[in-house]
Amino acid sequence: MKEFAYRRATGVRDALALVAADPGARYLAGGTNLVDLMKVEVEAPTRLVDVRHLPLGGVGEAPDGGLVIGATTTNSDAAADPRVRRRFPALSQAILAGASGQLRNMATVGGNLLQRTRCAYFADPAAPCNKRVPGSGCPAVAREHHNHAVLGWSEQCVATHASDMAVALAAFDAVVRYESPGGAGEIPLAEFYLPVGRTPHLETALPPGALITAVALPGAAASPRSRYRKVRERASYAFATVSVAASLDVHDGAVRDVRIALGGVASKPWRARVAESALRGGPATAERFRAAAAEELSAARPLRDNGYKVTLARNLIAAVLSELV
Amino acid sequence: MVDDARGEVSLRVNGTAHRLEVDNRRTLLDALRDSIGHTGPKKGCDRGQCGACTVLVDGRRVVSCLMLAVAADGCEITTVEGLAGGGELSPIQQAFVRLDGFQCGYCTAGQLCSAVGMLAEHAAGWPSAVTADVSPDLAAPRLDAAEVRERMSGNLCRCGAYPSIVRAVLETAARGQVAG
Repeated sequence: MKEFAYRRATGVRDALALVAADPGARYLAGGTNLVDLMKVEVEAPTRLVDVRHLPLGGVGEAPDGGLVIGATTTNSDAAADPRVRRRFPALSQAILAGASGQLRNMATVGGNLLQRTRCAYFADPAAPCNKRVPGSGCPAVAREHHNHAVLGWSEQCVATHASDMAVALAAFDAVVRYESPGGAGEIPLAEFYLPVGRTPHLETALPPGALITAVALPGAAASPRSRYRKVRERASYAFATVSVAASLDVHDGAVRDVRIALGGVASKPWRARVAESALRGGPATAERFRAAAAEELSAARPLRDNGYKVTLARNLIAAVLSELV
Repeated sequence: MVDDARGEVSLRVNGTAHRLEVDNRRTLLDALRDSIGHTGPKKGCDRGQCGACTVLVDGRRVVSCLMLAVAADGCEITTVEGLAGGGELSPIQQAFVRLDGFQCGYCTAGQLCSAVGMLAEHAAGWPSAVTADVSPDLAAPRLDAAEVRERMSGNLCRCGAYPSIVRAVLETAARGQVAG
């Protein structure tokens, strides 16, 4: 690990100023991903500004009936919150499906959004990786990619986004709030992660030096009939091969509203808007669910060894929707 | 070269206050083992994947290999050395001994601290990934083998003592001896 300076920020302004003053500075919250990557020197900040103790934790009510989850709320506390479990159960399930009990006690909601891909080439400083060293190449396209992306990837990068939580947030149209040297702002989750394109090293739409302060869940998206299902290579404590967050509102046998997001298939949580439009207003039948899932996945471009994810995603969408009827 | 690469840290470990000067790179695990001399927490993978370094920080289980010592400044730490009290093993430790919850013992300190944290989480009504319905309006999920396996999945045991670990945790829970 490279040497670094450490400071515990005394407030949001203080944190912003400390990071703005040092181009090598990074915010530290739970550290479960950042410290891990620092050990292998994929991350080598010159200064850590600890924001864990800032008053940005806790879950609060929003005027629209939604919830505001503070950025330093631990994954554990967010998942255990009764209001999250009652109104956005798929979010609670998604968080609980990620990592281990110990890691969820450390990791924060803000940090979870900014975690890096678990692509093995990204984590290996000896390997080329366009995300880590722009222009160095991407070995995954030709070599090991059985758990890589099937949607939205580019020749420059086929890595997936690792978060479970963000998949549920995408389904619920969450909004990321931040403070930055240029002022406060917010970004809908759908626009938070940048398309890979030719710049896989640019991952989010956050302005430079910005600090995530909260994630807002709109009241209109609240759905007790929502669910997160994750398929992985072992029963627990593994990243997703494919996951689905979905909510379904059926009235008189017809789909009044539906929200579907996929994890493990792209560089960001993949909102399945094609499937959603195919389903809205139509009959809530298993046959329609399968057809809509197939339509969504028709855009998939599997690599040599990850075509199974296309089948898996189709089946998982149809299965989760059927469970929600 | 970073000019302020070291920091002062106050830790309360198993009830005793310690003041250390550490390199900012030092993890809580290394501080506990090498600076304070508590070698109960083990360095297995050092990457947050095996759970052998699990300790309780302010009452919650964490992997001490991914927590920087400077970031733990001011925290109350409990290691496996702090679970027993008054010369008597804690209920979870007694259950591990009685039911053979270990073989080589390398993962045991982490398993024990994790079990203490996990039983408290369950007692607080937290659901898990195998809880069928996470609604807070239902009764808390009953702790069965599937729940214990899921909640303890952050602790690996290469000897494969899992069946006995699950029994030891379930027995401790059934006796209501959550405090460890």
